[in-house]
Formats: sequence, structure tokens, C-alpha cells
Amino acid sequence: MIREITLGQYYPADSVIHKLDPRVKLAATLVFIISLFVFRSPEAYAAATVFLGTVIYISKVPVKFMMRGLKSIILLLMITVAFNLFLTPGTAVFRIWKIQVTKEGIVIAVSMAVRLIYLIVGASVMTLTTTPNDLTDGLEKALTPMKKIRVPVHEISMMMSIALRFIPILLDETDKIMKAQMARGADFETGGLIKKAKSMIPLLVPLFISAFRRANDLAMAMEARGYHGGEGRTKMKPLVYKRRDYTAYLCLLAYLVIMFLVNRLHFVTGILGI
Amino acid sequence: MDIVKAENLKYEYVQVDEEGNEEARSIAVDGVNLQVKAGDFVAILGHNGSGKSTLAKHINAILLPTEGTLYVDGKDTKDESKLWEIRQTAGMVFQNPDNQIIGTIVEEDVGFGPENMGVPQAEIWKRVEKSLKSVGMWEYRDHSPNKLSGGQKQRVAIAGVVAMRPKCIVLDEPTAMLDPNGRKEVIRTVQELNRQEHVTVILITHYMEEVIEADRVIVMDQGKIVMQGTPREVFSHVEELKGYRLDVPQETLVAYELQKAGIPLPDGILTTEELIEELEKIKQTPGESQKVR
Repeated sequence: MIREITLGQYYPADSVIHKLDPRVKLAATLVFIISLFVFRSPEAYAAATVFLGTVIYISKVPVKFMMRGLKSIILLLMITVAFNLFLTPGTAVFRIWKIQVTKEGIVIAVSMAVRLIYLIVGASVMTLTTTPNDLTDGLEKALTPMKKIRVPVHEISMMMSIALRFIPILLDETDKIMKAQMARGADFETGGLIKKAKSMIPLLVPLFISAFRRANDLAMAMEARGYHGGEGRTKMKPLVYKRRDYTAYLCLLAYLVIMFLVNRLHFVTGILGI
Repeated sequence: MDIVKAENLKYEYVQVDEEGNEEARSIAVDGVNLQVKAGDFVAILGHNGSGKSTLAKHINAILLPTEGTLYVDGKDTKDESKLWEIRQTAGMVFQNPDNQIIGTIVEEDVGFGPENMGVPQAEIWKRVEKSLKSVGMWEYRDHSPNKLSGGQKQRVAIAGVVAMRPKCIVLDEPTAMLDPNGRKEVIRTVQELNRQEHVTVILITHYMEEVIEADRVIVMDQGKIVMQGTPREVFSHVEELKGYRLDVPQETLVAYELQKAGIPLPDGILTTEELIEELEKIKQTPGESQKVR
């Protein structure tokens, strides 16, 4: 059933990470990603690994799901590694014909790969543990200061949440229109790419018309229920920081401090001589 | 006190071409005078294009009259400063349940109206609970509206309006897209609201069965009010209703045809029970029916 699809990739589970305020998760993801690029020693990566591993463990989301996000960047990952591996000048470790692999090349390739993988997995932790709704709410609240420079924060988040609500309805409608066209002999299956694209036109036109009609109806219904923008509006479920959220912020701070200290150790670098 | 009062209300739809020139005009509501008392259950009947939906949209100030005035709880709908008060006084439920639910979770949708009004958070929750319970949807509060049936969705939409504590609810063909079961659910909910919470209900429909319990029935045709009275009064004019392309309830029609065939039934029978009762009476006094024959 097309209606049952879940949006985003939220994985429902009962964990502390799931219950955290979305703002905390947004901040943590951002800090984590930045830290990967600022602290680039092997010790720092080890610390990041421990941190990420702990978070994944606490989140109760199977590692399998975490790795799914990596599929989309496999090509990018391979290209990056190959370029860094073969094209970095320095002391050669070994060479085959004209291609040489240098020590510096290996170090850069590995660190780039680790960074990319952690970046994707880190972002996945957030999207897997936060419902799209919470994410929109979190974004709205986190971006509130942007209102001062006239960014319509409330409107953007309202549009996002309405879009989320209407995606399954429109999918359902697409399904209906498709069946109606097929019943009258339309062919969506055979033919080349161009023919397939062309057969989508009689599907998209009615879909767009219906989407506009729905938008019109919805706007009227919203007005009838007194909607007049974000001003003077109260929230039914306001985002309020709880104790666990402050604890999470403290953990995040601790992570940053550890990263900073560990990065200055130069223990492994000393041994390897890089 | 009249909660809704229309004085010589007129509304024209103006069709304009791309340059903004007037192409065509059609009068949707044509000089309607209407008074609805607080606490009443009023049904507005009419064929497609009779102007009943246009009239309904005036009560919520979605449309403003071309001519004449409409007062909601004593406030003129043309007064822009009172717009939000009016929309809070007169809530509106529309035809398509999918296109009027805003929230992604049932309780969030019900809270949407109060949120807009700036009701404090604790009070919103109280209202959401009360209104969801009053339409019998409290058990579904954390469901996604996409997984509910049509009748359930429409009840959520009604709860969303009830949570705004309106004095009057206007329902614009709320059952047109529902199956018979959903239709019964919605109408029962509306009747309960009217009886228990004393909310004024203005129900717009073209299903005759739904208006039997109304205090007053108003029939519209071509933008004008052509008949009004209690359901019994209105439904006793079967021929006239047919002239407005409206069908009377089956029971009324059977009684009407029997009457024409010479059986002495009273005018305006509305329910099966009534019809049976009246027929039994005639059966017990065979002499009378014999005489007629």
C-alpha cells in the first residue's frame, strides 16, 4: 500500500536519543561535522569514533540502518580515495609502472574516507531518530533569530509540515489517476526513456490541477480557523528543554574538549612520523 | 438574540478575462433575508448551484456580500477589525475532509484553531481533550489523519472547530463525500453538539434524511429562499420540492403516494416509525378507510 510509506527515514524506537529535543540533535550534528574537519589527527578520529559509536549504541537503531545512507556516496567515496591515494606527491611506499602510492597519499585518503563516512553516518543518526515533524519544529525554533533579518521562518516551517502531510495524499492520488488512465488504455510500462517520460504528461497534468485545488481548499480552511501567520500564535507543543537536553549539551561540550585535547597529543603522529 | 442575521444579502461572482475586463456575472445569492436564533439547528437545502454554499461562506466572512449586510452575533462581516472574532464565533466545516485537516497528528490538528487564537498552552490541551471526546475521537488522538476513514476525518474536522469554542458551526455539505455509515456518524455528532453543548448549527446539505431532526429547514433555489419552516411543514409540499429538483425522504414519498391513492394519512410524515404508526391506526379503524375507498 502506497499510503503506508514512511517519510524520511525515521526509525521508531524508545531511546534517550529519540526523546531529545530536536534542537539538541541539530546542534550536535552540526558540531560533530565541524569537529571532523577542524581536528584531523588520528587521535581525534579515534575519539570521534568512540563518540559516534556510543551515540549509535544508545539510540538503539540497528547499525545496518546507519550504513544505508552510505550507499548513495559509495562512488564519491571511491573517487576521492583513488585520487588522493595515487596523486599525492611525497615519499613513495611502492610504485607500479608510472603510478605511485605515497605515505602522505595513504594518510590523506584514509582521513578523507573516514571524514566522509562519519559525516553521513552522523547525519543519519539525526534523521533516523527524529520524526520529520520534530525536525521542522526544531528548525523553526532554532532559526527564530533569523526573523530579525526578515527570513519568514514560521512560514517556511508551516509549508514544510503541510508538505509532509500532503505527500501521502498526493501519492494516493497519483496511484488513482494512474489506474484510471491504465483502465483507458494508457501504457506507463513499455518503451524507451523518452516514451516513458511522455506518458507521464497525462498523469502530471491532472495531478497538478488537483494539487492546486487542494491548496485552495486548504488555504480557505486555514483562514476559516483563524490562521493569520505566526504572529500572536501560541504553541500546543512548545519545545522546552528538559534535564536530559542540558545533559546532552554538556556531553557535547565534553566531546569538544576531549577532541581538542586529544588532537594536541601527537602520539600516533609521532610514531608514524607524519 | 439572532446569531446570524442576513439583510437583503446579494453576492455576484464576476468572471474576468486576462486583461481584467469583466466577462460574465452570475448572481449566486440574490436578496436573502435570514435570521437564525442562538441554539437552533437550521438546515439549508438546495440543488447544486442554488447558492447555499455561497451563503455559508458569508457566515464565516470568507466571502463578503456584494450588496446587503450580514451580521454574525451582532457584528457586521464587512468590518475588517472584527474579522477574527467573527471567524471564532462562526466555525466552518467543509466538504472534503482531506483538504481541511492541517495537522499531521489528530490532536495537533484539533489544536490548530486555538493556537491561532493565541490560547495558552495548558488551555489548548484542555480544549483538545474536551472537543475530541465530544466527537468520540479521543482514542485516535495520536493517529495520523491519513489513516482514518472519511467519517472519522470529518469528525476530527468538527472537533477542530469545536475547540475554538464557537457559538455557531456552519457545515457546508459535510457528508457529500462520505459513505452512508460515515454520514450517520457525522450527523449524529452534529446533533449531539447541538443538544448537549447548545451550539447553533447551520447544516447545508442535499440529503433530505439529514434534516429531519432540524428545528427549521430552509430551501434555496437560484439564490433565493423559496421555502422555510419545520421539516414537517416543508416536506408536506412534495410537489413543490420536486419542482426545485429536491427529493423528499422515502417515507414521506411513500406516504404522499398512498395519500394520493386515497389512504387518509396526515401530511408531512418523516420517519418509518411514524408511517407504521399511522398505517396501524388506519388498520385498526377499518370502517374509515372503507369509507374512503
